[in-house]
Amino acid sequence: MCVTCGCGEGEVKIDGVAGHAHEHGHDHSHAQGDLHSHAPGVGQTRMVQIEQDVLAKNNAYAQANRDKLAERGVFALNLVSSPGSGKTTLLCKTIDLLGSTSVAVIEGDQQTSQDADRICATGAPAIQINTGKGCHLDAHMVGHALQQLPLADGALLMIENVGNLVCPAAFDLGEAHKVVILSVTEGEDKPIKYPDMFRAASLMLLNKVDLLPHLTYDVDAAIAFARRVNPAIRVIQVSATSGQGMDEWLTYLRAGMARTAAARQQTVAVLKARVAALEAQLQQAKA
Amino acid sequence: MHEMSLAEGVLQVIEDAAQRDHFSKVTAVWLEIGQLSGVEPQAMAFCFDAVTRGSVAEGARLEIVATPGVGWCMACAKSVPMKEVFGECPDCGGYQLQVTGGTELRVKELEVA
Repeated sequence: MCVTCGCGEGEVKIDGVAGHAHEHGHDHSHAQGDLHSHAPGVGQTRMVQIEQDVLAKNNAYAQANRDKLAERGVFALNLVSSPGSGKTTLLCKTIDLLGSTSVAVIEGDQQTSQDADRICATGAPAIQINTGKGCHLDAHMVGHALQQLPLADGALLMIENVGNLVCPAAFDLGEAHKVVILSVTEGEDKPIKYPDMFRAASLMLLNKVDLLPHLTYDVDAAIAFARRVNPAIRVIQVSATSGQGMDEWLTYLRAGMARTAAARQQTVAVLKARVAALEAQLQQAKA
Repeated sequence: MHEMSLAEGVLQVIEDAAQRDHFSKVTAVWLEIGQLSGVEPQAMAFCFDAVTRGSVAEGARLEIVATPGVGWCMACAKSVPMKEVFGECPDCGGYQLQVTGGTELRVKELEVA
């Protein structure tokens, strides 16, 4: 196993293909036998200062993804929830309303390509990552998926994480925001039972609100619990089935896409101005 | 079980250091785990033993350094201790708290031979 980037670990599959072909830009030892000690005496020990963040490697991959997405003006969201919260149905409905040409999807599940198949049926490009035994997507897997995913400039990228309210909270994928989806068929107290996830998210979608008349679910309590963990979290109540709240959700998405595209335009404008200035300098130097 | 991937991250940091500093055996690892990092120290210790088998850190002692959770209470306008991410301010009882410390997960030091 390559412990540096985690590749060749056996069970991760991107669109059904195990492993991946890429040159390792990093050098590392695969055998401890290669290492030898210059320690002067057997049994002597010394201290080595490390002070290194354990998630540094993932964060570096995430930053690379973020840079790549910014270059293309792509607004990326990392959708996290427990299994069965209605993420995929909400995604399909969102694609229908937003148009399949402006959305691309990365699907994360332990097994099967069922979800990517559902997305592909809407006409939007989708790639399935199977994590095998893994409980979350990491930035390295997403980086490889991005290499294969046809992504239009200025598009919306939705990364549907593995259904799990615990582990995905710790892993930055390079997204603009984490969006946590909580359905009203789950408990109101999910936010304080799984606080890390609700703290990591900037938006909570309270899904399946069309079912509220049949349930004893306390919406205000759920929102209060979420705000207890994360005072700044925004909440939108939606139903992918009845369409309730979808306007507000789409407005949020369009605003994010417009902001990201504008940031890219500005970068391009700055670069063009810089090129023009350098060309003028070159002309002067020639003259 | 994301402690398993995190333990692999710890091992990676150690193996990078082994190459850089030329040592072949790690006898102890000091790992800083913040109280609000979402990492369970016991699960981490279990996974650490599993992933270090057959590596330079096989059999190494894992010393966990717990750092306390700290938050900024917006109502009191001061730093207060936090036991949980959803904890309340010990002074005013409010929940307007921003976590400011205790989310670390860092390899601090190694004892090597």
